Amino acid sequence: MRKYVPKDNVQKKAYYTDRYHVVPKVPQSEVVEGTHFAKVLEALENLVLSSSVQLGQMVLHINPKDNFEVIKILKEQCGYTQCSEQSAVDYLAKENEFELFWQLLNINEAKRVRVVCRLAKGEAIESIVPLFNSANFAEREMFDMFGIKVNNHPFLKRIIMPDDWEGHPLLKTYPLFGDEAASWYEVDKIFGKEYRDIIGPENRDPAKIDMKDTKRFSRIGYEVPFGTEYNADKEVPIEYSETLLVNYNKKASKQLDERK
Amino acid sequence: MQVPNKLTPFFENLNFERDDNTMVINFGPQHPSAHGQLRLVLELDGEQVVKAYPDIGYLHRGIEKMAENMTYNEFLPTTDRLDYIASTSNNYAYALAVEKLLGIEAPRRAQAIRTMLLELNRVISHLFFIATHALDVGAMSVFLYAFREREFGMDLMEDYCGARLTHSAVRIGGVPLDLPEGWLENLAAFCDKVDYEIEHTYGALLNENRIWKMRLEDVGVISAEDALNWGCTGIMLRGSGVKYDIRKEEPYELYPELDFDIPVSDRCDSYGRFRLYMEEMRQSTRILRQLIPIYKETQPQLMAHAPKYISATKEDIMTQNYALMQHFVLVAQGMRPPRGEVYVPTESPKGELGFYIKSEGDPYAYRLKCRAPSFFHTGLLQELLVGTYLADVVTIIGTTNIVFGEVDR
Amino acid sequence: MAQHQVNYTSSAGLPIALTSVDKLVNWGRSNSLWPLTYGLACCAIEMMASGASRYDFDRMGTIFRASPRQADVMILAGTLSKKHAEFARRLYDQMTEPKWVISMGSCANTGGMFNTYATVQGVDRIIPVDIYLPGCAPRPETLQYALMMLQKKIRRESANMNKNQKQDLTTQTSKKRARLI
Repeated sequence: MRKYVPKDNVQKKAYYTDRYHVVPKVPQSEVVEGTHFAKVLEALENLVLSSSVQLGQMVLHINPKDNFEVIKILKEQCGYTQCSEQSAVDYLAKENEFELFWQLLNINEAKRVRVVCRLAKGEAIESIVPLFNSANFAEREMFDMFGIKVNNHPFLKRIIMPDDWEGHPLLKTYPLFGDEAASWYEVDKIFGKEYRDIIGPENRDPAKIDMKDTKRFSRIGYEVPFGTEYNADKEVPIEYSETLLVNYNKKASKQLDERK
Repeated sequence: MQVPNKLTPFFENLNFERDDNTMVINFGPQHPSAHGQLRLVLELDGEQVVKAYPDIGYLHRGIEKMAENMTYNEFLPTTDRLDYIASTSNNYAYALAVEKLLGIEAPRRAQAIRTMLLELNRVISHLFFIATHALDVGAMSVFLYAFREREFGMDLMEDYCGARLTHSAVRIGGVPLDLPEGWLENLAAFCDKVDYEIEHTYGALLNENRIWKMRLEDVGVISAEDALNWGCTGIMLRGSGVKYDIRKEEPYELYPELDFDIPVSDRCDSYGRFRLYMEEMRQSTRILRQLIPIYKETQPQLMAHAPKYISATKEDIMTQNYALMQHFVLVAQGMRPPRGEVYVPTESPKGELGFYIKSEGDPYAYRLKCRAPSFFHTGLLQELLVGTYLADVVTIIGTTNIVFGEVDR
Repeated sequence: MAQHQVNYTSSAGLPIALTSVDKLVNWGRSNSLWPLTYGLACCAIEMMASGASRYDFDRMGTIFRASPRQADVMILAGTLSKKHAEFARRLYDQMTEPKWVISMGSCANTGGMFNTYATVQGVDRIIPVDIYLPGCAPRPETLQYALMMLQKKIRRESANMNKNQKQDLTTQTSKKRARLI
C-alpha cells in the first residue's frame, strides 16, 4: 500500500522525530513599565490583543481589521517611520488562516516592532500604501506568493512570477518542483504545447546518469555529438585539453648558443 | 536565418502610442546597465520620463521556498546567491538570525574573523559599485582600475575560503577555518592599497571630474522623508541626510568596540551617494586595521560550544564517541531550533539585510523571509525616475546599487 | 591615383599564403568572437571580471557587445528563470548566423542547485548549446578556457554553415512540425 502523504502541506518533513523531544520556545518577556514599548502600548490602547518582547523587539498581535489604524498610530504618534518588511506565513493546513506581519522601525529610538495578525482564508487585508510606500512592492509580492488580496492597493498585480503563472508558489500546498503547469511553462510559451513530447520532461533528479542519453551531458569523459545513436563499442574517451610539450633538450639549447 | 516559432513576429523595442503622444520604451531585461535583469517600462514625453514601471522577477529562483525544504545548515550556501557581490554579508545575516533563534553566540575569534570578512566584502562590493556605476555613466577606465583592486580583495577571500564569489565563509555558530598564515599582512597591504587608490585613482579621476559631476549632481534627488517612506536603507538613506547605520544603532559582532564614523551626506543626489561609497570604503579599511590587533589577542576557538545544535570540532569528532554521534545526528537530521520567530537586521553593503525566520521546532524552517534592501530600492525607481531625462535613467539605476539575486530571490 | 599605392602581388610587398577558404573563414570567425553581454546572475560578475583588467578578455579578440545583432556568441551566465526563458530564446533568434552558445555555470547547464519551480532545468531545453561550462560560479580562467574550446570547435567546422548540423530543437524536428502545422 502506498504511504499516505498529506496534500495540504507538501513541504519536506523530518523523517524521524524523537518521541521524547520537547521543543523549547524562544524566550519571551512582558513589556516593562516605563520603557519606550510601554508608551507604544499606551498609545494603542485597546487595539492590541496581546503583546510581548522577543529578542529586543516588541510583537503586537492585533485584529486583521485594525491593521491600518494600528500602523497609522505607530507611524504618527510613536515615530515608527519606516516599514522594513511585510509578508505572510501560511498556516492553512493547521488553522486555515494566514499569519501576516509588518516589521516597523523607529529611526530615532532604534527600536523595532512587529505587528502580527491572523487572517482567515479568502479574506482581504487593508493596504497600508497610503502610509508607507514601501508596502507597495511588499504587498504585491505577498499577493503573488500567497494569493492574499489587498484592498485599496494602487496596482495589485503579480510582481515576481509572470502574469500567466498558475498557483501561488509559497503556499504549503505548492510543491518545490512546481506543478504540471510550472514544469512545462517555458516550453508551452516558446514552442507551444505540441512540443512537449519532443523536448521531454524536466530531469529533477540531480543524481541521474543515463549512459544511453546523448542529448544531455551526463557522459563526462565520453561525450558524443548531440543526439547521435548510442553505441557501446564505440566508447572513446575524450581528451579535453592538448598539452604541448616543448622539448628543450641540450642539443637545441646548444644550437641557440651557437647562433648567438 | 531566423527560425520561426511562437514568438514571431519579432517585435521591436519601441512602441509608439498615438493617443497621448507619449512613447513607451522597454528597457531590459537584457540591458548592459540594468544591473542584471531589471525590466523597466518607461513612458516618455520627448526625452522626459512620465511614468516608470519596474518589472522584476526575471531572476526569481525560489530561494524562500528552498529554505522551507532544507535544513538550516543546508540552506547556508544558497544565501551566497542572494547578493552575489558580497556573499559573506548574506551568509552572516542568515547565520546571525539562526544564532539568535538558537540563543548562542560565536566565540571571540570567530567574531573577529567575521567582522573582518564583512568589512572586506563591503570594500569589494563598493569597488564593484564604483566600477559599474562609472562604466554605466561612461567612465571606462575607472572600471578597469576598480576591478584591479577588487581582484586583490578577491584574492584575500580566496586565500581564506577558497572561493572567489560564493564564499559560504560564515557558518552557523562561528567560522569553519582560522585565518591562513600571512593573511593579516596581506590584508594590511590591501588596506593601504585601497586607501591609496581611493585618493589617487578613483578620487582623482572622478571627484572633481566635470563630466562626472554634470552627470551625477542633482540626479536622482530623494528627500529624507521619501527615503524613509519608500523603505530605503544603507547608503540610499544616509545619502539623504538620515544618520542610521545598523552597525552603530543596533550593533552586532565587534562593532561596538571599534572606532569608526558613519558618513552622511545631505546632498540627496547621486553625487553625494557616490562620495559616501568612497568614504565608507575608507572607514572599512580603518575598521580592518583595528581588527588585526584584536584578532591576535583572541583564543583559538572558532565554533560556539552548543552540542545540541552545532557539531564539535573535527578533532573531537575523530576522537570522542559522543561528539561523533552528535555530529551524525546533526548531519543526518539537521538541528531543531526552538519554536518561535526572529527578525534580525544587519547592515549589508547595500542596506538593511534582514532574515525573518519562523520556526516550528522542525529541522526545516517553517517560513524564511529575506528582507532584501535592493527589493525596496527597486520599488523606489517608479517614483525616482519620473520627471528625469532618459539619459539619467541609467545613472539612477546605477546609484541605487541593486543586485537582482537579492531583488527577486 | 594615389601616389603611395602598393600592389602587393606584383611589386612583391607580401608573400602569398595559400590556404583553403574553410580555414581562412574559420580563422576569422574564431579569433573575433564577440559575445553578447547577457549577464543573468552570479556568473555575470565572473564574466565581467574576465572582461576586466586582470583576466583581459580583449586579447582573445573577445569584445562584449550589447546588441544581439552584433554578437556571435551568447554566454548564458547564470540562472535562467522561467519568466526569462522566452527572452533568452528571442535574443538567440535575434542573433545573426553563425552563432554559438556557451552555457556558463551549473544553473545554466542543468538548473544546478536551484532545483525549484522557477528555474529552467538546463538552457538546452530551449536553446542549442555548444559548450557547457561547469562550476558555481566558474572562475574567469575557466570561461576563457571554454572560449578557447569554442574556438577549436569553430576551426573544425565547415565555413558553410548549412553543412554544420545545428542541434536546434526547432530545426531538428522540422518534419514533425510540418505535420503538426
